[in-house]
Amino acid sequence: MMELFEMMLTTGLWASVIRIATPLIFATLGELICERAGVLNLGIEGIMTIGAMAGWLWVYQGGDLWGGIVFAAIVGMIFGFLHSALVVYLGVSQHVSGIGITLLASSISYYAYTLLIPFSTTPPKIVPFSVFEVPILSSIPIIGQALFHQSALTYLSYILVVITFFVLYKMPIGLTVRMAGENPVANEAQGINVLLIRTGAVMAGSALMAIGGAFLTMSAFDAFYFGMINGRGWICVALVIFASWRPGKAFLGAILFALFEALQVRAQLIGADVIPYQIFSMMPYFLSILAMMLVARKAAYPKALLVPFRQGDRI
Amino acid sequence: MKKLQFSEIGKSFGSVVANDNISLSLGEGEILSLLGENGAGKTTLMNILFGHYVSDKGFIEVEGKKLTPGSTRASLDAGIGMVHQHFTLADNLTVLENIILGTEPLTRLWSQKKQAHQKLQDLSERFGLLIDPDARIADLTVGEKQRVEIIKALYRDASILILDEPTAVLTPQESEQLFKVLKEMVKAGLSIMFISHKLNEILEISDRIAVLRHGKLVGEVATKDATKESLAEMMVGRKVTRPAYEKLKIGKVVVELNDVCLKAKEGATSLSNINLKIHEKEIVGLAGVAGNGQAGLASILQGLASPSSGELKLFGDTLKKYGPSYLTESGVARIPEDRTKEGVIGEMEIWENFLGEELRTKSKSGFFIDKKEAVSSAEKLIEEYDIRCEGPYASTRLLSGGNIQKLILARSLSNNPRFIIANKPARGLDEGAISFVQQQIVNAKTKGAGVLLISEDLDEIFELSDRIAVIYDGKIQGPFDSNKVNINQVGLMMSGEMSKDSINEN
Repeated sequence: MMELFEMMLTTGLWASVIRIATPLIFATLGELICERAGVLNLGIEGIMTIGAMAGWLWVYQGGDLWGGIVFAAIVGMIFGFLHSALVVYLGVSQHVSGIGITLLASSISYYAYTLLIPFSTTPPKIVPFSVFEVPILSSIPIIGQALFHQSALTYLSYILVVITFFVLYKMPIGLTVRMAGENPVANEAQGINVLLIRTGAVMAGSALMAIGGAFLTMSAFDAFYFGMINGRGWICVALVIFASWRPGKAFLGAILFALFEALQVRAQLIGADVIPYQIFSMMPYFLSILAMMLVARKAAYPKALLVPFRQGDRI
Repeated sequence: MKKLQFSEIGKSFGSVVANDNISLSLGEGEILSLLGENGAGKTTLMNILFGHYVSDKGFIEVEGKKLTPGSTRASLDAGIGMVHQHFTLADNLTVLENIILGTEPLTRLWSQKKQAHQKLQDLSERFGLLIDPDARIADLTVGEKQRVEIIKALYRDASILILDEPTAVLTPQESEQLFKVLKEMVKAGLSIMFISHKLNEILEISDRIAVLRHGKLVGEVATKDATKESLAEMMVGRKVTRPAYEKLKIGKVVVELNDVCLKAKEGATSLSNINLKIHEKEIVGLAGVAGNGQAGLASILQGLASPSSGELKLFGDTLKKYGPSYLTESGVARIPEDRTKEGVIGEMEIWENFLGEELRTKSKSGFFIDKKEAVSSAEKLIEEYDIRCEGPYASTRLLSGGNIQKLILARSLSNNPRFIIANKPARGLDEGAISFVQQQIVNAKTKGAGVLLISEDLDEIFELSDRIAVIYDGKIQGPFDSNKVNINQVGLMMSGEMSKDSINEN
């Protein structure tokens, strides 16, 4: 037990927490924006996969890193558009379409990868984002090194939390997005095109998911592996509920989950000879479920989440 | 010049003609009432005006300019504001957020909430529409929500205001308040279209009345030339008669509640020591302001809740098993309070909704649905109860409120029930439908059923009931013979100010 406490105070632990959290922050914000507009996006897992693939591919083909991020975002938006074409315009079940998008996007990623590099045993590497140390802030004890000795993408994720908050709560367009998720009819009654707003939100959210995926190939690791998203997308769907659809809480939720994850990896090293390591791998998920039960039972769902909006329907 | 002109508007949904060649105009500073039964096409016409629907034919002009059809934005820009029957507000957002939605350009980087706050304050003071801009919609009362809807229209500088059944959800006092505000607005130069089927208030508020029936405009009169009777006849198309009261010799006890208590969930009223007997061939009216325990009592009698203590006897036997299907099968008919939420499944077809309560009894070898038989019996009931629809395969959500209520009546009364729990059966219905519903309940009584009629409408209670009980704060007073109490006494008991003893003394 003492070992655990000591560990909690090390910079190394917190630095890895932030590294693990970064893709989750991107993708959770993305999912949050979609759901705030009333659209559940279960394409998240696949969109993260294809984002990881697209970003890596761009750089592998000689493009620069930020170009890769932009490319990943655009690919994410295309799949977001596909999802909204199905669920926003055609009113298809959001669950079914989302899972379809996940299968499609993941498969395309693996297929493209296999076509490009048919016979490789070791995945080709790229030069990932390097660590950028923020002056002054990084000299805060423990936390400073953890938070501000990271790659530029991590800083981008911090900024996006703030931006998402301001857009949703301070800007007129954010209000229409929230209204689209609460009562689309009210939106229409005020002369706003609900379908357009929802599509925009889903595309923007999907772009963030894709960047979250790209972080894995372009910063956390330096290559694309099969199955590298490994359920992170699904965790983000849960984190959105944990966060009660609020950007700030989404950030904290991502950190919390990352902490569980980082701790279990270390616990494996300490206790692997006593307890099978699978038990430790399970812990973050187990604790997440527990946290969800404690926190999210009274969550205020966006009222129109999952409800398709049909113009000219009897109201 | 006319403020607003409808020209030959036509609109059908499938084979149902909702609007048939309607031409109508609204003058400046005028209050025009649009009167009609449910399903007469009032709301459809207003939804066309507001751009929710596109009309099949005809056009609308605002101040001489043709209105772009099917665009809410165009209607708003033309100065039309609408207070919808079902509020278009988001519960989780604040009053201010609901109001400024869509009034600012979406490209603006920062919502100008301060200015909005000020404008809202000015408007609400000017018209006496007091509201806290920062309150969450979910925390408001129905009357306050309506105020928000009205301010929403005013905030956009609407010059034409449409109110769709605004008083349906208001108490008499709130309605009075609303009328004051409306008159204030007309003075300020607004034109108002007021949709309702309540004759009294239409006569009180409007300058002119247009009557719709089955999608057609059947008459336009100046209010000073109209009477309640003439309007009712125009609206229904025949003379309306309310069922006549007749006292019958009562039979055996059908329902008996002995010291029934119910611990309610948060936000609802608990029941304490309810004692009540209902006999065959009698209607017991339960008067009370909504939220005093009616919901709890109704859910016990429908088998949706079991009492926390006390005894419920049904047809002489103590009830041990609670459950809606058990109760309906033993002869209880239910007319639920919220007909669209608890009464029918909107997405299902009419014949399926008829079958809902009888799935176990009316199936082939207890396993398969006998569709042929179900559809033909649905057809019979549609005919018998005059349910206006495309047929048994029509989706139930497309029916108007009155027709949904007829469906529920047909379903529950066609089996000759022995006990009927009717929870606000006439709420939100129009004259024609009300008299139909009441007549059906009286018929059932004549056939031998005992009825518990829960209602907030004292006229209805007094017209129909043999005995009257009053519920206040989860406790019941009475029942009293209906000729031994008067409306005033019942009203006082409803507010908890009069006890049983003072009646006995009188």
